[in-house]
Parts: sequence; structure tokens; C-alpha cells
Amino acid sequence: MEKALKRYFPIFVLPTLAAFIIGFLIPFVQGLYLSFCRFTTVGNAQVVGIGNYLKAFADSTFTYSFWFTVLFAAVSTVVINVLAFLVALLLTRAIKGTNVFRTIFFMPNLIGGIVLGYIWQILINCVLSLAGKPLLALNTAAGYWGLIILMAWQQIGYMMIIYIAGLQSVPGDLLEAAQIDGATSWQTLWKIKIPMVMSSITICVFLTLTNSFKLFDQNLALTKGEPSHTTEMLAYNIYNTFYARSGPQWKGIGQAKAVIFFVLVVAIGLIQLRATRSREVQQ
Amino acid sequence: MKKRLFALALSGAMLIGLLAGCGGGGTSGTPAPGTAAPETGAPETTAPAADGSVYYLNFKPEQDEQWQALAEAYTAETGVPVTVVTAASGQYETQLMAEMGKSEAPTLFQVNGPVGLANWKDYCYDLSGSALYGELTSDDFALKDADAVYGIAYVIETYGIIVNKALLEQAGHSMDEITDFAALKAVAEDITARKDELGFSAFTSAGMDGSSDWRFKTHLANLPIYYEYEAEGVHADAINGTYLDNYRAIWDLYINNATCAPAELSAKTGDDAVAEFVNGQAVFYQNGTWAYGDVSSLGDENLDMLPIYIGVDGEENQGLCTGSENYWCVNSQADPADIQATLDFLYWVVTSETGTTSLADDMGFVCPFRSAKPSTNYLVGIADQYIAAGKKSVDWCFPTMPSEEWKNGVGSALTAYAADQTDANWDGVVSAFVDGWATEYQLSQG
Repeated sequence: MEKALKRYFPIFVLPTLAAFIIGFLIPFVQGLYLSFCRFTTVGNAQVVGIGNYLKAFADSTFTYSFWFTVLFAAVSTVVINVLAFLVALLLTRAIKGTNVFRTIFFMPNLIGGIVLGYIWQILINCVLSLAGKPLLALNTAAGYWGLIILMAWQQIGYMMIIYIAGLQSVPGDLLEAAQIDGATSWQTLWKIKIPMVMSSITICVFLTLTNSFKLFDQNLALTKGEPSHTTEMLAYNIYNTFYARSGPQWKGIGQAKAVIFFVLVVAIGLIQLRATRSREVQQ
Repeated sequence: MKKRLFALALSGAMLIGLLAGCGGGGTSGTPAPGTAAPETGAPETTAPAADGSVYYLNFKPEQDEQWQALAEAYTAETGVPVTVVTAASGQYETQLMAEMGKSEAPTLFQVNGPVGLANWKDYCYDLSGSALYGELTSDDFALKDADAVYGIAYVIETYGIIVNKALLEQAGHSMDEITDFAALKAVAEDITARKDELGFSAFTSAGMDGSSDWRFKTHLANLPIYYEYEAEGVHADAINGTYLDNYRAIWDLYINNATCAPAELSAKTGDDAVAEFVNGQAVFYQNGTWAYGDVSSLGDENLDMLPIYIGVDGEENQGLCTGSENYWCVNSQADPADIQATLDFLYWVVTSETGTTSLADDMGFVCPFRSAKPSTNYLVGIADQYIAAGKKSVDWCFPTMPSEEWKNGVGSALTAYAADQTDANWDGVVSAFVDGWATEYQLSQG
């Protein structure tokens, strides 16, 4: 059987590989090429050199949205992971109805970002209007915290599932040994559980960090970058460069921004993976 | 052996699935979600005359069905295949960009005026010698650059303040007394003062949600631009903002005499305004002839329209705002046979009985073509009365606005001002209007 698998592996790999090349590799290379071009349609582009990159860096809305995104990613990654871990701890205890709670906490993740964005827009606007504060479209702080609340609400359930799986795989004999040695539950948490779920933490931090950087639908639906671009995140800034400006030169600049964005997300993802991987322990 | 056969069969099945997926994507990937392309292939064999085809990327989702029917009628009559695909609302530019990159690109598309043309000029066929251009009633409806005609307006629309006459009379006022801004202001403020007694407000909510903000950041902003162009000639490279105080006056009037508190406007939608107007909660509603379907339930006898007065000298003679931002363009990079087929199709649409009937009756368009039929839209009739009465229509100057980004900037500033009506916040509007214009114009040139 193994021999046969080896012999036929190209045939098995082919469909996925072809899909990957057609759906990812070719558009990626083409996008890279277009970032050096001036174009209206992708089939008709003239190379203009690195001018697009210079203009992208000179665009103050782009640098602003970069810092806004960094601030958002930092806070939302911490909030989501801490809360998800706490919920996972709670729901791995022997209490009644854990499955029901797990399902309920997971559900927000099944709703699309655009829909969630509009629902939360209505909710937050109602609260703001009752409190007599400026509504979302006029309120950068509310927009920022609204995005964090929205993302936390959506992602905590998903991360919780990963943490629950991690916590359940902590060997029972380790916990029992700790108990016999007289470890408090606080000590058990820090010395045993957290080191043992480090691989889940790696995955969850990676997912939340990259999701925060790539955030688009929620940003579009909740704040639309209002007031005047102050809640505009990187992905949405790129979209606006592409479609809200007139003149063919902006397509290339948007494309250059997208390439910068890609490099940034990959770099941050790799640094984070290396940092948390080094703390993982082998069971 | 059996296992090997099984593996082969499995991988074969996967390959077939993959190929089928690709093939399907190639032929049926074009139509937008929710739209259907009519069957186009069949009649080709029966009609030898057909050696080109037409592919229209339609901008107006509300007229999708009518265009599909028109396309089928043309195919039945001439055998030339016509495909109509309608872009989802607000996604035209996105979809056009994607479609134009394909080998089967649209042969007929539309731009919204000079600024839209700047993006697509390389793809616009010069229509100056075409029969379609000859059908235009006035050169004003051609989108020109130097001597070339790149676009032809196909629908003329009019906007102003739609009035619920019944409510206006109930408040003790009449259409005749409103002839300038001062009178409009007096009426609106009188209604606001007696709001509780009357049970309705003067204006519908001036919603600044994306579904409604274009009524103010684009359509209302047209008036100060129009008067500046009137006084100083068209100069799209920079705007002086001479009439921005008037813009502030009308905006103040809208937001302070509306159904809701000005601070809530940022979340109000277009549907909110329609609902308020149709349910008799407000007398005035700024919108255009295209909104007839939304408001017709009030009954034609209760509807009227007012020009948007902003307090400029001589505005007693001002009419409604009439113009077009829908220009047909023919793709110059398409196959010559397809270009010819497209030109023939357009000529048929604007001259034939079927075509003109569909444009006027089914789509409710007023078209600037010689053979066009009168529209059945009641609001269009009101617009015609203004012209017949000798009022001077306000041109649509907003196609000269430098970019979507400019409109968004003005919209944000207007929203901020509405929530907190200070001079400092109005300076923000002025800055977005004047400085933003200059900046965006520069950026769009590069």
C-alpha cells in the first residue's frame, strides 16, 4: 500500500497543487508585477518602476492606518487570548452544561463579519446615543473599542475551542502528581497547564494576530473608517486607495501597498511563531 | 491490482472534477450574483447577419430585468447575441475593472462623467461618427474630450425637494409661497415650531449613512459649485467656495428642522428618509425622479417638487437640478465586429419602437434622443413643467468633483458639523470642500 501511495503521489497531489498554482501562486506573482506598474485593467499594464512604493510610503493615511492597526492588533490579541483561555478553563471543569456553553460561545464565529459589523453598529450607536455621546461615525475612540469588542465577541469562541482541546490533552497523571505534591491550583495553572498548552497558545496568538492585521469586513461594516479615515485599518486603506481615488496611477499604488502589507503580515507572523514556539514543551 | 485500479479511478475522478470546475469557471463566471445572462448562443446559427456580439455591463440594478428583456427582444429580431450583466449596487467600478481584464470584455459599459472618463479613456471608442451620436438632441449630452466623443448620456434625471403637498396644506402653507430660500426657511421653521401640534416635521432625516449621504455630499454640494461655475466659468482644477455660506444655510435648515436630532444623522439611512416621507412624518424630502417608485404610494395628486433654493440672488427663476451622470461608452479594444454590433444595438435601442418603449415606459427614463418617448414617471412631468414655466435648470456639476475621496471628506465633515454646529466645525467643511478639492485634483493628475 505504501509503495503504491509513493508511486501515485503526483496524481494525488496534482489537483491541489494545480488549484494552489492557479488560485494563489499566479495571482500573487502577477500582483507583485503589477505593483511596479500603472494600470487600469490587469492585462494592460505599463511598468513604471518603484514610484508606486515611494508614493505609498508618502501617503500619510497609509502610515496612520498602519499604527492604528498595530494598536488594534496588540490590544485585541491580548484581550481575545486571555478571555478565551479563561473561558476554556471554566468550561473544562466538571460543571453541568459545558457542551451547551461551548456551543453558545462558539456561535458568533459562524456569523459573517459584515453582518456582525452592522449588528454591532446598531448596538453601539444605541448605547452611545443613550449615553449622549457622539455616534460611531463621529467618534474615533468608540470606533476603536467597538472594533475590539466586535472582534473579541467573534473570536473568543473559536480560540476557546482550541484552548479546550489543549487543556484536555494535559496528562491527568501530571495534574494528579502535582496535587499529591501539594501544588495549589494557581501553581498548577502556571507550572503545568500553561506550559503544556503552549502549542495551542502559539496557534491562537498566530491566528488572532494575523486576523487583526488582515481585518477588513468588520472595519468596513462597523465604522467605514469614519470619522475621516481615523478608524481605517490597513486592508481597508488599500481597498480605498484602489477604488475611492480617481486616476489610473492609484491602482498601482494600491497594489504596492498590498505588497508591503503582505511582507508585513508575513514578518510579524514569523517573528511571533518563533517567539512562542521556543517556549513549547514536548510531552 | 484491485487497489491500484481503485486509486486510478479515484485520482481520475478528482482530475475530472478539477477540469469541470475550471471549465465551468471560464464560461459562467461572468454574471454577477443575482443576475442572469440570457441565453445567447442559439439564434446565431439561424441568422447569418450576426457576426458580432454585444456584452453590456449595466450600472443600474433597478433596471436589470428590463435590459434583459430588451436584449432578448433584439436577439430574437436580429440574431445578434446580446448579454446583459448588471453589477451589484455600488460595485460597478470594481466589476468593470475585473471584466475589462478578461478576453470576453464588455463591449458596452458606462462612466459617470469626466472624472470617470479619466480612468477609462484608453478604452473608450470615439463615437463622433456614429449614428447614435447623430440621434442626440443636444451636444450637451455628449461626453467630449477635445474633438472626440467618448460617452453619450442615455438618461436625464432631475432632483430637487420632493414635497408632500397634502401635509404642506395641512400646515397652512402652499407651494406658491415658496419661491426662494427665505420663504422655504420661513415655512420650514414654522412647521418645526408647531411640530407637536401638527404631528410631522419639515424635512426627512438627512441621513449620513452610506445609503443616503450622496444626497448631500454630492447632490446638495452641486448647488454651490453650480453657482460658482455660473459666476466664474467652469474650473474643475480648484474651487473657491464662494457660495459655501449658502451651503451652510441650507444644510442648517435641513438638519435643524428634521424628524430627528442632528446628532443622530450619522446613523440614519436612505430607507429611514423614505419611510418618514411615505408615512407622512415629514413634508420635504430631497431626492430625484429616480425615487418615484419609492414615493408613488402617496399618490400623484399629493406630490410636487421644489427647486433647492440656497439664497442666491435671482433664484426665484431657478429650476430643478437636471443632468446626467450615466454615459454609455463603447469598448475601443473590443473586436471591430463586436464594436459594430454594439453600435447597431444602441441605435436600435434609441430608435426602434421596442427600444424607445422600453426606455420610457418600463425603465421610466427620459432620454436625450430624437425618437425618445415621454416618460410615464410623474416626477419627470413636474420637472417638465418647471422648464415650460421658463425656469432655468441647474446643471449637474458633480461629475467634475475630483474623486470619491473628496465626496467622502465633505460627507465626514458635514456629519461632524451636524452633531455639533460650531463655526470651527463648519471650517472643517470648508477645508474639506476647498482644500480637499485642490489636493484631490492634484492627486488625480499624477
